[in-house]
Order: sequence, then structure tokens, then C-alpha cells
Amino acid sequence: MDSFFIGIGVALCFLILLTLHRAIQGPTAIDRIMGVNVIGTKTTILLVIIGSIYHRVDMFVDIALAYALLNFIVTIAASRYFHHRKNLTSSGYGFKFRSEEDK
Amino acid sequence: MTIAVIMLTLAGLIFFFATTVGILRFPDFFSRMHAAGKGDTLSSLLMLLPLALYNFHEFDLANMLVALKVLLIAVFIFMASPTATHAILDAGYEAGIKPWTKKPEEESP
Repeated sequence: MDSFFIGIGVALCFLILLTLHRAIQGPTAIDRIMGVNVIGTKTTILLVIIGSIYHRVDMFVDIALAYALLNFIVTIAASRYFHHRKNLTSSGYGFKFRSEEDK
Repeated sequence: MTIAVIMLTLAGLIFFFATTVGILRFPDFFSRMHAAGKGDTLSSLLMLLPLALYNFHEFDLANMLVALKVLLIAVFIFMASPTATHAILDAGYEAGIKPWTKKPEEESP
């Protein structure tokens, strides 16, 4: 059963790498927020799987719970920043800073 | 029980793969968000449920507490992931992202 969980963990790492492509290359900033959110959810699952491999789920499950809470707060805060602000572009960082908006 | 754990985990992995393919391949922000929001919630539940089940190999109080915590993560993701999806989608809609439409010259003659 351990080798099965190791295989599942490696497959999840591969999927995280594929999602990282969208988080890096995504045209606008809000695509990157979405990619980071999906990566955070996958990491929560991966932490519980790592705990199952080491037979220490009682320790890793608390870390996973904290990671899920942090991921939620980061997503809400980062998406509130772009609410009602039409400064998304599909070049550079994906958005314009406030100092550049008037140019 | 081992067979149930393996089947549920593989189903979750398949849904995660579908989520990743959707995020990489869909043409615009809204359709990508659709793939990310729904696929992530369902596959997280499908992978956390067998991990909680796997902890019941020895039935005592400590293992039950760990399984309850894993189920707590599942319940939290079940509430938080659609909320986060809605927040991102609302921000993108208010920021004026144009939805993808099929170009007129590509329509079938």
C-alpha cells in the first residue's frame, strides 16, 4: 500500500508541474491567481498522502488543515485586490500597477 | 476496504488530470475557471475520503480523531473552494475580461 501512495504522490507532483505552467505563463494576473489556488488544493491532498507514506498522519493532517485555510485566505485577498479595477492586461506581470495607470 | 481505497483514489486522480487538462487547454478565463472550480472540489473529496478510510486499519480513539480531522479538511474544502472560485470569477468579471466567442469567419458556412 505504501508504493501505491508513493505512485499517487508522484502523479500529483506531475500534475502540479503542469498547473505551474498556467500559473507562470497565464495571460492575465487573475489566471495566475486561479493556478495558485489549484496548486494549493493539490498540495493539501499531497500533504495528507505524505503523512500516509510516513505513517504519521496525525502530524501531517494539522499542517494540511493550516495550508487549506491559508490557501483560502490568500485567494480571497488576491482576488479582492482586482475587484472593480480595470487594470488587467495580457502582457508583463498581467496587471498594471497604480502608478502606471495614468500613463 | 483496500480495494475501495484504491478505486476512490484512482477516480480522484483521474478527475485531477481532467482539471489540469482543462486549465491548460481551454481558450479563455471563464471556461478555465469552470474546469478549475468544479474539478478541484470533486477530486479533493474523492481523494480525502479514501485517505480517511485508510486510517481505520486499527480502530481506536487516536485513529478515529485523525480520520475526523481528514474529514474536516474535506468539509472545509467543500465550502471554501466554491467560495474562492466565485470570488476570483467575480473579480475577473468586474475587471472587464471579454468572454471568448467563436470568430465570425470560423463559423460553418
